[in-house]
Amino acid sequence: MQARRLRTAVTLAAVAALAVGAAGCAESDRSDDSGEAKTGGTFIFAGAGDPKNFDPIFNDDGESFRPIRQMYDTLIQHKPGTAELQGGLAESWEHDPDGKVWTFKLRQGVKFHDGTPFNATAVCFNFDRWYNMKGAAAQSQMIYYMDVFGGFAKNENPDAGKPVYNKCEAKDDGTAVITLNQYKGAFPGAFALTALSIASPDALKKGDADTVKQNGDSFEYSSFATSTPVGTGPFTFGGWDKAKNEITLNRNPDYFGEKAKVDKLIIKIIKDENTRKQELRAGTVQGIDFPAPADRKALSGEGFQVLDRPAFNILYLGINQKNPKLKDLRVRQAIAYALNRQQLVQTKGPGGTKVADEFMPDTVLGYAPDVQKYEYNPEKAKQLLKEAGAEGLTLNFYYPPDVSRPYMPNPQEIFTVLANDLQAVGIKVNGVPRPWNGGFKDDVQQFGKQDLHILGWTGDYNDPGNFVGTFFGRGKVEFGDQAMTEMFDAIAKADATVDEAAKKAAWEQVNRDIAAKWLPAVPVWHAPPAIVVTKDVKGVVASPLTDERFNTVSVSK
Amino acid sequence: MLRVIVRRLLQLVVTLIALSALIFIWLRNLPGGPVEALLGERATPERRALLIKALGYDQPILVQYGKFMQRVLTGDFGNSIRSGDPVTEVIGRAFPATIELALAAMIIAVGLGVPLGYLAARWRGRWPDNLTIAGTLLGISIPIFFLGYLLKDVFTQNIHWFPPSGRVTTGLDNTEVTGFFVLDSLLTREFDATADALWHLILPAVTLATIPLAVIVRITRASVLDVLNEDYVRTAEAKGLRHRTIRGRHILRNALLPVVTTIGLQTGALLSGAVLTEKVYNWGGLGTLITDSITGGRDYPVLQAIILLAALVFVMVNLLVDLSYAFIDPRVRVR
Repeated sequence: MQARRLRTAVTLAAVAALAVGAAGCAESDRSDDSGEAKTGGTFIFAGAGDPKNFDPIFNDDGESFRPIRQMYDTLIQHKPGTAELQGGLAESWEHDPDGKVWTFKLRQGVKFHDGTPFNATAVCFNFDRWYNMKGAAAQSQMIYYMDVFGGFAKNENPDAGKPVYNKCEAKDDGTAVITLNQYKGAFPGAFALTALSIASPDALKKGDADTVKQNGDSFEYSSFATSTPVGTGPFTFGGWDKAKNEITLNRNPDYFGEKAKVDKLIIKIIKDENTRKQELRAGTVQGIDFPAPADRKALSGEGFQVLDRPAFNILYLGINQKNPKLKDLRVRQAIAYALNRQQLVQTKGPGGTKVADEFMPDTVLGYAPDVQKYEYNPEKAKQLLKEAGAEGLTLNFYYPPDVSRPYMPNPQEIFTVLANDLQAVGIKVNGVPRPWNGGFKDDVQQFGKQDLHILGWTGDYNDPGNFVGTFFGRGKVEFGDQAMTEMFDAIAKADATVDEAAKKAAWEQVNRDIAAKWLPAVPVWHAPPAIVVTKDVKGVVASPLTDERFNTVSVSK
Repeated sequence: MLRVIVRRLLQLVVTLIALSALIFIWLRNLPGGPVEALLGERATPERRALLIKALGYDQPILVQYGKFMQRVLTGDFGNSIRSGDPVTEVIGRAFPATIELALAAMIIAVGLGVPLGYLAARWRGRWPDNLTIAGTLLGISIPIFFLGYLLKDVFTQNIHWFPPSGRVTTGLDNTEVTGFFVLDSLLTREFDATADALWHLILPAVTLATIPLAVIVRITRASVLDVLNEDYVRTAEAKGLRHRTIRGRHILRNALLPVVTTIGLQTGALLSGAVLTEKVYNWGGLGTLITDSITGGRDYPVLQAIILLAALVFVMVNLLVDLSYAFIDPRVRVR
């Protein structure tokens, strides 16, 4: 009420003081939002950063994917709230025994937002578009495509590798057959990647979507990517008002699945975590992402719904074997035994955090329940250090104090606890704080200056290769660029195994060997990031992959 | 006068060229960069190489600078690395937000600062003076981000008088013409949008105004005290002139010269203060743009253009201040 009185006072003051406009013009001629509220209302969600653009294939980050997920669909989707797969634009799929030919039976009667039909030709148009993409600028931005499909028809970078994709055939309107040059463990999970969403071929052509211009040291995207994205999703693109930091999406009344309950979805970009929380408390937004771990209890106590996403991430302590002392497995094991991870989880982890024994969550195929575990044992750590002749070891421990990641909401605190544990067994730790974008990633991933570091990963899809393969599938500067060829070969073999049971067994063995034989890093924890909504909001299903679709959301007043 | 302006503008061009080279080289020698920021955890040597090639960072720095200057001379500052939007468009969007905020802050600072300074001088040594001095001391001492968070916490979280952030209420369907939301809503006669924009403007403007307000009060007070002791004031009083005439024509007009200088100098302070204020209030102006461009991944093209623009504005404002002396005090001749 006070706010309303104040606003009224401000209105009167503004009108009187500025003396603009005649009294008869006091009634505004602009549209009124109250009309929207009558037919379903508006859900306002505070995002944590700007999206890059809305062409799925050129994006690889969560803030871009948040609006993209509302506007597009993928061939395969994740069951809400899980990392399991279910039909999306494809009702079913199968592959040949070699895992090279994938046949998708497509949903019928689906239309893109521009009214054009979704069919096998549209699917093949999208896959062929990605494969045939030209120009270093465009290819450099197709991070997920390269992750899954390797190279292009014509690689701009000779090191990009051979293409995994071969061709796509539209057998009939409802059947698309994708042929690969080789099987990869990433399939079929990778077909659920938001980056591989299917866009309207007509809109792609009209919006000149393939043109990514290099202008100086930056890229300029097409009108399709910036202002006319067209998919099949539950919301259509309404606009991105960059002066107000608002992305508006409108309900798609022709959506083939569960139609959106709200008329309008606004994604309000608020980069400051504290401000997001204040907006939520002020009631000006109805949902926020990534609350600080310290605020979760308070928000819950105030009546907000703190929805934990099932943890689909990993925080690890990386060990750089460029340091000869760290090449000794006993020293790496000593480090693992020295860490009191259970206490770290209890004191610094967001609610629901679990100690990690492997480098992937237990919901991923190939998780082995019987790996060697490193329970907290400082005496054993000291003994191993003595046996290895590494007593009095001094290590440089790099960490990024300025960043908060879903798997690492509070790096400074995590570092402090881990460093204390290491000091307690006689390892001298030199803490090296480096800004995330101002040296940490360069020093750790490119130059390998560190002995130890903390880093992690959120999974993209349900595949062990997306976790373990990403970290340890080949020599990386981060872990010493060492020739652990036995480990690389085992991972490559597991990734190439098509048969489900054999694949599971192969990955389980890889996980056992990583823990017992190779230990290139120490898994620390799996931390569930949360999403918070007001008590008026119903129907948000928190996803382990942050794959929340807001068509199920309703807002009651 | 014309010669002075031409000379100052030529100096400005040289300054800007030197500054551009400095910024260009300095930014590229900072640790980290857009490549790492764009790739995130997914950086591999191949992707890094492809992106470095695509962005042209594999070329010698002087070649890169040469190409940059070539484009700048044609008015092309490149595109934001993050969004891909032309830098001129990105800055053009943020500029009105900052100017609107800075103007509001300056109106508060000058509107309150000059009368308060005058009153403090007139009642020198008495309670209005003591109160003003104490207030200005607090205003100068308090860190702007602390004040911002304090005001925000009190007025948006405890007593819900103002909104916590942004320039207008989310989802408000107002017409944007110039990007100055208050002005736009007046032009389009959307008066509820005017109220909404002002309602959002008050807390950030008050936060940003505190330091310039304190400085202006102090300078005005000191300046008025100087003038009060001048012979011509005593003569005017002896002549029996009305107090209003003495105050307006003799005291304030003469006392304003250092105040105007201060206002010019405070423009720089306002711009730097805006960085913190905008961050606190999610304002979406140049300040936010600067911090996002640094922390969000070294958006070189945006940073270069903003720093050059800030330098340009600072120098231009000070030129205008110099020129305004001649109008305020005809005895001053600009050389």
